[in-house]
Amino acid sequence: MSLDPEYLKNERSQEWRAALRSKIKNKERTAIQRVHMPEQAPEIRVKYQDREVNLGITAEQAALEASRCMDCVTPTCIEGCPVNINIPKFIKQIEDGDVLGAAATLKETNALPAVCGRVCPQEKQCESRCFYLEKMNLPSVSIGHLERYAADFERASGTSNIPKTAKPNGIKVATVGSGPAALSFAGDMVKNGYDVTVFEALHEIGGVLKYGIPEFRLPNSIVDFELDNLKKMGVKFETNFIVGRTASFDDLRKEGFQAFFLGSGAGLPRFMDIPGENFNGILSSNEYLTRVNLMGANSETSDTPVILGKRVAVIGGGNTAMDSVRTALRLGADRAMIIYRRSEAEMPARIEEVKHAKEEGVEFMNLCNPLEYFADEKGMVNRMRLNRMGLGEPDASGRRRPVPIDGSEFELDVDLVIVAVGVSPNPLVPSCLPDLKVSKWGTIVVEEDKMQSSIEEMFAGGDIVRGGATVILAMGDGRKAAENMHIYLQNKIANTTKVN
Amino acid sequence: MNKIVEKEYFSDKVIRLVVENPKIARSRKAGNFVILKIGEKGERFPLTIADADPVKGTITLVVQIVGVSSAKLAALEVGDSITDLVGPLGKPTDIELKGTILACGGGVGVAPLLPIVEAFKKAGNRVVSVIAARSKDLIILEDEIRRWSDEVIVMTDDGSYGRQGLITAGMEEVIQREKIDECIVIGPAIMMKFAALTTKKYSIPTQASLNSIMVDGTGMCGACRVTVGGKTRFTCVDGPEFDAHEINFDEMLMRLGGYRSEEVVANNKYFQK
Repeated sequence: MSLDPEYLKNERSQEWRAALRSKIKNKERTAIQRVHMPEQAPEIRVKYQDREVNLGITAEQAALEASRCMDCVTPTCIEGCPVNINIPKFIKQIEDGDVLGAAATLKETNALPAVCGRVCPQEKQCESRCFYLEKMNLPSVSIGHLERYAADFERASGTSNIPKTAKPNGIKVATVGSGPAALSFAGDMVKNGYDVTVFEALHEIGGVLKYGIPEFRLPNSIVDFELDNLKKMGVKFETNFIVGRTASFDDLRKEGFQAFFLGSGAGLPRFMDIPGENFNGILSSNEYLTRVNLMGANSETSDTPVILGKRVAVIGGGNTAMDSVRTALRLGADRAMIIYRRSEAEMPARIEEVKHAKEEGVEFMNLCNPLEYFADEKGMVNRMRLNRMGLGEPDASGRRRPVPIDGSEFELDVDLVIVAVGVSPNPLVPSCLPDLKVSKWGTIVVEEDKMQSSIEEMFAGGDIVRGGATVILAMGDGRKAAENMHIYLQNKIANTTKVN
Repeated sequence: MNKIVEKEYFSDKVIRLVVENPKIARSRKAGNFVILKIGEKGERFPLTIADADPVKGTITLVVQIVGVSSAKLAALEVGDSITDLVGPLGKPTDIELKGTILACGGGVGVAPLLPIVEAFKKAGNRVVSVIAARSKDLIILEDEIRRWSDEVIVMTDDGSYGRQGLITAGMEEVIQREKIDECIVIGPAIMMKFAALTTKKYSIPTQASLNSIMVDGTGMCGACRVTVGGKTRFTCVDGPEFDAHEINFDEMLMRLGGYRSEEVVANNKYFQK
């Protein structure tokens, strides 16, 4: 809807938008400096696992930042957004002082604005397509900070606007998983009048938003607030339910479910398959982060244990590695080290996360690769052997290939190692569906423009299709799947009516 | 949901619970396990399903008090509910007509062995069961095992019941006497290690059901890593049963102690209260 040029043109030509545009000259707009996100000081924030690093911008900052946006005729930023938020509209609403209106605009296409305002890599998406950056070589409008501002404002106001939903059509659909892909799907389907049930294997809803992303980046209370909005819209949630196991797909069909969205995520953590990797004190980032984020293992009152390492090595250079290493610091590590086989330039983590990690005192041992682990008599890891790497020609990923440097081996004392080198798709769901087409990597094969799998009433999206991506790409998949499942189900109904 | 409808003490430390959960009762198969969590701040831990009644919609769990979480489960009374219960998880046991099955259970391992014995018997196999424990009061579910076995040998370490000796002595006796087509062993890791060594001598295909540390139980965390045939496998999704002759039991024993120091602290705090 929000990519339709006619629709965008009509929205833009509304009186209030035209009035705002003529209020300030573009020259004056472009002269304004991009806002800086206020941050908790590093020496304070490393003491708290559950305190946000980014504090959010003030009302004055938001209004000023919003006035930088020139409300372009062709808003390319929207094309950069996987869920196609009507970006100029919500920003102009902030400039106009209608922050609740801005929040409502966000929710037209985004089920989780407060989440996306915090964890989206905007610099690679909407902001990378901003007129400021593309045409003027100036810092882009801070779309992400403004999104967070509007969502937070609404939450604090206590007057949460619940998006309108169509008249219930009585058609039952289900999601497998409750992460960002499934939630985005559920939000759109419930708006279209469907009876949506979200099935989650864990005891909490939210998927990676709860078990993966730490509270210093995304507080659980914010996820819960957004979930509450979905509940108010009519989405039903069932925890402790493994579709295919607790009940089969056939059981659910008998209960009336007509179509499914498979969003079970990237389950299995990868390891490097090097000697000693199964010693105690060597764990996947999934395990470490789940213990802390989902189970609260760092709190006195939790029954779940976590190893409090003093010399912690985190293997990998992605966002999950940054989340793990910064968690280790907050849990009292003296040395928290990133061990990454390429250089900082190739790191997949967001620049902001790397910056925050450095400010907090994380040591970056780039161009280093683990070879072997050693343990004490109880099997607890105490030392590792690594070698240094150089960079060769670009590989399939387009990044320069790391090559070991002869004779560069060295050893490092460690008492906790967290392996964050990626994940493989969870086989649980595909193993229950013999007719489901999967790739050689185990990801579900879909028709890309529809997100429809080889079983026609099953759509899929997020990491189970992509193999490991971002929250917002998963949400984009969820929206696309909802749109196409809606068309599919409506066609099916139309056809059956004809036959009858 | 998850309400406890029956509770029975096998001994001070070993308790049988019948729990309402119609969906799991219907869908579980022999060899499956569940993940439980007691209380909002509880820990997630696995337990193999000992029995199920799809008509009544209940499953049976047998828990031995070894730490905080098992103690919290054992402290629940009839009418209480388990906060979180999810399953069935893991690959079910490969049940078919194989001939003669040697089913071996040590301690509370007899509980998860029971549905497997039943399933093998129902599939037409001859089933010889060897159940073992340190002493008489720790032998559990003997009558139930007898119901589905052609013969049962009971072994106790101290000779207070059945025959005196380790489970491997009972196993040897059966193996010497008749042809065994397949063996299944469930019990403490150390017992399974020696049971596997025993059947390896005679090249009897043997499965062991592992009780690794788990968090989610669905393949996500990798805490349950085990080396089988030189390869790292996940107990939760690849198991819990593996070729016992290929399992690296020494590594498994080491990994079971992965959180020992944290557990000692937690136990001291909990049991002193």
